[in-house]
Amino acid sequence: MIWETVRLALLALRRNKLRSALTMLGIVIGVAAVIAMVTVGQGSSRSVTASVASLGTNVLSLRPGTHGFGPTGSRPARAFTLRDAEALADLSVIARVSPTVSSGQTVVAGGENLGTSITGATSGYLEVGGWTIRSGRSFNSAEDRSGASVCIIGETIRQTLFRTTDPVGQQMRVGNISCEVIGLLQAKGAGTFGQDQDDVVLMPIRTVQRRLAGNDDVGSISLALVSDVSATRGAREIEALMRDRRRIAAGAENDFSIMDRAQIAQVLTGINSVLTGMLSSVAAVSLLVGGIGIMNIMLVSVTERTREIGIRLAIGAEGRQVLTQFLVEAVVLSLVGGIIGVIVGLGLAFAASIFMAIPFAPQVYVVILAFGFSALIGVIFGYFPARKAARLDPIDALRHE
Amino acid sequence: MPASSDIVFRATGLTKVYRNAALEVQALRGIDFQARKGEFIVILGPSGSGKSTFLNIVGGLDRASDGEVWFEDHQLTSLNEAQLTQYRRDHVGFVFQFYNLVPSLTARENVQLVTEIARRPMQADHALALVGLSDRANHFPAQLSGGEQQRVAIARAIAKNPEVLLCDEPTGALDSATGIKVLQALTEVNRAVGATTLVITHNAAIRDIADRVIRFADGRIAEETVNATKKLPAEVAW
Repeated sequence: MIWETVRLALLALRRNKLRSALTMLGIVIGVAAVIAMVTVGQGSSRSVTASVASLGTNVLSLRPGTHGFGPTGSRPARAFTLRDAEALADLSVIARVSPTVSSGQTVVAGGENLGTSITGATSGYLEVGGWTIRSGRSFNSAEDRSGASVCIIGETIRQTLFRTTDPVGQQMRVGNISCEVIGLLQAKGAGTFGQDQDDVVLMPIRTVQRRLAGNDDVGSISLALVSDVSATRGAREIEALMRDRRRIAAGAENDFSIMDRAQIAQVLTGINSVLTGMLSSVAAVSLLVGGIGIMNIMLVSVTERTREIGIRLAIGAEGRQVLTQFLVEAVVLSLVGGIIGVIVGLGLAFAASIFMAIPFAPQVYVVILAFGFSALIGVIFGYFPARKAARLDPIDALRHE
Repeated sequence: MPASSDIVFRATGLTKVYRNAALEVQALRGIDFQARKGEFIVILGPSGSGKSTFLNIVGGLDRASDGEVWFEDHQLTSLNEAQLTQYRRDHVGFVFQFYNLVPSLTARENVQLVTEIARRPMQADHALALVGLSDRANHFPAQLSGGEQQRVAIARAIAKNPEVLLCDEPTGALDSATGIKVLQALTEVNRAVGATTLVITHNAAIRDIADRVIRFADGRIAEETVNATKKLPAEVAW
């Protein structure tokens, strides 16, 4: 008997294909949006976690100033110097130091130019940052010490300035100095938040300090810990040394911050979750609107088919059977919309995962939840019109235009 | 006087008053009525004389304000909504003026709407054969002419093997040639199934095919005539 009702419901929906499709649209969009948001959010979380894992857990990041999440807010502070980096390198727990400083400059070569950020670094940068050389070489220690005019570029810089030719050995203008390209980095693709990681130019840190920035500043220091040292112990020793070097009184707060990659990842995924949550809420609202759309159309449908309902009631169908028929119609509408929405949502997430270079991470529980929710919407928003249909007076219904 | 076990309907003092805020309309003013099993009764009368109201009450679609209506040994006037629905479902076939078929279902499926809920229905195809539409069973209402749609409606009405067949202006929307076909279906069904048939019409020419003719006027029965001989529908013209 219920199967008959489903069949009648499908027939009724098929009669008005365009209207059924448009009614479903709200549900389709809502479900697709929720599925896409959550899947992409999940994928980018995994991407962050993966890049943390690939860098190893015992790399610490030391920066001047504090991060603005506490009650004190962000406070700028003195930069570090290369001597700080050397002192840190002497600690037994430290395996490798990578001081860096950034400088925004225009780079010119081959008739093209590009505004980018120059990273002054030492040869330790590649190891600590997880980069490999694709062609050419890294800085040697002489170039490190003397601040030579050499640079290593990333794939994006190469494509913009040198197109498909091998840039190694060619000259490039950085700001107001000319330097020779000695190496090309292996491409890394998009970063966690879509930033282009291959848009990078590395120069010896002394070159950037003396000839581009004109000061001694070191913007941040990444430290790779010796393998069996815990991040906590490493951070403690770094903190002790830096407090001493910067003459911070006992009891005063640090004017620098030490973060391990896991903490950074946590902050990033935290932001990610908030974003995903917000966007999913918006998507859920559109599901609600879709449900209201269904109720609207079902009410119109009941009015249009008043005569038909009157016949069935006059013939002797029970009000309950009419209620079931219209309820089933509403639920079929929303379920089919939900199915289409899931397919569209997963498709969108898949496309996004390719575009953003993050893993495609569909979650079974979200798909089931989306189904269940769309069926629920059908029941909730279909009930009122269905009840209205069942309660029609047969005589009035038969007389209806 | 016919044996009382032969009497299918008995109404005494049937009254219906429609009340809304300002007006009171007396649709029926105390109707006394009887119908025997298998009788073919034509009900005549001008618009507003209470014919349709009477039919609706007898069919369990509406309730009387006063008086009693008995169908066999059920007192219709004392039934609640659910019981009236059951009465309609089990015992009454309705044919309306505007064919009232479900457009998205074929002729056979329209008849099956009834056979699925009735207690002891006949086969849908048998009902369609009785009205001469066996070869149109798979067609949709849009593909049928007015007369054919009306005949499908008749098939749907009788498919449940009802004791009562109530027709409210069944030929009202049709020309005489098609109307005659419909009346032929009704008389054939009346003969084959033995259902007590009440036909409302404002077309007096049809009166000759009935066993009995009742004329309504102003909410009362003005005249009752028994036809000594019945004509066939084909012999009637309007």
